[in-house]
Amino acid sequence: MKALGFIAVLGTGLLLLAASRDFPNWGDPDSPASSYRLSRHFITETINETAVPNMVTAVLADYRGYDTLFEAVVIFTAGIAVIGILRRYGSRNSIPSARETPLTPKKPDLIVESTVRLLIPIIQIFALYVIAHGHHSPGGGFQGGVIFGASFILLALARDLKAAQNWVAEKRTLILACCGILIYAGIGVLCQFLGDNFLDYQILHRILPTDPVMARYHSILVVEIGVAFTVTAIMFSIYSNLSSNGKMKEGI
Amino acid sequence: MEAQGPEGEIVSQLWIFDLILLIFLVLTAVISLKVRDLLSAAMIFGVYSFLICLLWTGMAAVDVAFTEAAVGAGVSAVFLISTVLRTSRRSSD
Repeated sequence: MKALGFIAVLGTGLLLLAASRDFPNWGDPDSPASSYRLSRHFITETINETAVPNMVTAVLADYRGYDTLFEAVVIFTAGIAVIGILRRYGSRNSIPSARETPLTPKKPDLIVESTVRLLIPIIQIFALYVIAHGHHSPGGGFQGGVIFGASFILLALARDLKAAQNWVAEKRTLILACCGILIYAGIGVLCQFLGDNFLDYQILHRILPTDPVMARYHSILVVEIGVAFTVTAIMFSIYSNLSSNGKMKEGI
Repeated sequence: MEAQGPEGEIVSQLWIFDLILLIFLVLTAVISLKVRDLLSAAMIFGVYSFLICLLWTGMAAVDVAFTEAAVGAGVSAVFLISTVLRTSRRSSD
């Protein structure tokens, strides 16, 4: 059986390697993906239509905003699924687990404590920079949200889960996650109310004091903030459920 | 391998770097599947993510590389490690 599996994997791998010879060269301007008129439109018109220098952000949050909305919903659903499977309320202990006691006795370590105290503000400011500067440089709501969530995870690792939960309590994480999705979807519904398509931001110039191009520019920032809310909250929620066995009492 | 970019010289030199990264990528993938200690497997999986991140950077896909570094090498490694510490550390197969 094992040999059969190895042969199957080897055969598939060789097939894929043989097929990769038909790929266009990396960066080939004549490849189908590059020569299709949509790519040319994105490359030449993004700056005129949305005033966003970073094409990737414009495509992600504006031209393909529908896609990104549901990516955020996927992350939200994943977080809800983890809570649904792992979270245990009360003191009843129905699911036996391998380790119930904390791994090490918790005592605050001076070096770890001071390092974390210095690092966390820097990490959080960098995360906010990544979110806000996604128009001009690589980054955006997903990356910034993950970095922001990682700062809480760092606090939970260095001290204990309680310390991090003093900042973002369990209830607050869930409210934050829902808020993110609602901000994103709300922008889309707002566009519909003003008479345009779902997530077609340029109509927002009627209520924003800007022209249609800048309305798209600013709406991208708003939806990135919504994505960042959801991702931050869900990352911390998944970590706290995994590390505390769903009891939210003490982490690893 | 004979891809000629706008800076033809640089691109033709970089394939050695790419080859080394790809060899390490395959090695880390195989090792993280084979190793019995799940904590080591989680760490090696983080290394794998970081190597992919370097490859994306080499292909000038910086946005994707950034996501891979933050999500793949950062948070998901932490998730895996915390799961391993809360369940069992030895793999049964």
